[in-house]
Amino acid sequence: MVNEPSRDRLTGRRLGIRCPLLRRMNWSDRAFVLGCRPFGESGVILEAMTREHGRHLGLVHGGRSRRSRPVLQAGNSIAVAWRARLDDQLGTFTVEEEVSRAGRLIARPAALLGLATLASHLRLLAERDPHPHLFDAAESLLDRLDDAEVGPGLFALFELALLAEFGFGLDLASCAATGTTEDLIYVSPRTGRAVSRMPGEPYHDRLLPLPRFLREATDVAPDAGEIAAGFRLTGFFLTEHLYAPRDLSLPDERARYLGLSGSGGAV
Amino acid sequence: MAQTIAGPEIERLIQLLARLPGLGPRSARRAALHLIGRREQLLGPLADALAVARERITVCSACGNVDTSDPCTICRDPSRDPAIIVVVEGVSDLWALERAGAIRAGYHVLGGVLSPLDGVRPEHLSLDSLVARAGRPETKELILALSATVDGQTTAHYVTELVRHLPVTVTRLAHGVPIGGELDYLDEGTLTAALRQRTPF
Repeated sequence: MVNEPSRDRLTGRRLGIRCPLLRRMNWSDRAFVLGCRPFGESGVILEAMTREHGRHLGLVHGGRSRRSRPVLQAGNSIAVAWRARLDDQLGTFTVEEEVSRAGRLIARPAALLGLATLASHLRLLAERDPHPHLFDAAESLLDRLDDAEVGPGLFALFELALLAEFGFGLDLASCAATGTTEDLIYVSPRTGRAVSRMPGEPYHDRLLPLPRFLREATDVAPDAGEIAAGFRLTGFFLTEHLYAPRDLSLPDERARYLGLSGSGGAV
Repeated sequence: MAQTIAGPEIERLIQLLARLPGLGPRSARRAALHLIGRREQLLGPLADALAVARERITVCSACGNVDTSDPCTICRDPSRDPAIIVVVEGVSDLWALERAGAIRAGYHVLGGVLSPLDGVRPEHLSLDSLVARAGRPETKELILALSATVDGQTTAHYVTELVRHLPVTVTRLAHGVPIGGELDYLDEGTLTAALRQRTPF
């Protein structure tokens, strides 16, 4: 028996009406793999971060085959087509590989830990909630995750973008006390706003250090001290706004990633 | 609803067979009919074998292998090199390596790999016993024979960190072109790994 909504859709299809609901049952998008879990004997449930449809799960038939397994490794960019009869169903993905990164990433422990941390961060996002800017930032990060010089700095910037995407962006443009845009070296843990050197000096043990690379683009890669300060800053606000309210703590992999990136003092 | 065509005992046999990997309801029905048709030659011995297996199968307290004795046959084998421990994810991997017969060493079955998505954390794996075995004076090398997947290699790096303070050499299986593999059919990740790990020829 055909239920009411399905009949409407069928009628719409027959009449050639392009309603948004119809389009959502069958879409294609760019994505990267966050993880997979086995389903049945040969299938997997793929968790993918898609550009226009957010974090999305779907069944991949034959996902554990020899051909599909290398493609469905975390960190790989893929083109996905999702299909379902109803919008709230799990649906099925068909997958095609676009950029294979897993082979590169598994060679470096720090890159693997960075990947695990990135996936944990992205799992905080609501399912099927699109975040195209965050997707672009995450993909750029994945491209450089195995670069020991640039990767950690990009990671801290990504965490800053993640906070902003959740509505907890830090205001690092001007000093909260004087309004100046010069010599901003602290962040207030209470307001998340930058504080310049002079008004911040008396409270420097209570303020969080603001490294330069989080404030402005620089040609020089940040040193280990700046990276550690950057991660301390983002870690504080990630815990405060995203992890603690969900009764979670920052992923263990993050601390291990920082340890291997030479910024172990940040957490 | 499908009509029941056999008694509850046969239906139960079919249902249980259908739970085995590779068997669906239709093939389970065929297998059940095959067993029923060879009651004396197959069904009886199979039932006996299953009953004995159920009674005797145990997990080796040393390596995590399944066998009918503890320690298992492999751990008791004096011809194996006690200096080498091959770390595997599951018993099926151990059996695969034994089939290959490429190494005469001891094993350690982790019981899975770290997987944040499935909630598999270090405390779910037999890592403490591995560290204890790696710390014994006779142990010289750990071979991490884990899958070339993100989860498998994350676990491999985690194990490496755990035993870093011990005087053991940690090695892992090479990643690259499989025997009989043609380059144009290989995925980019495998090709990248194969090129990176090229050897003098």
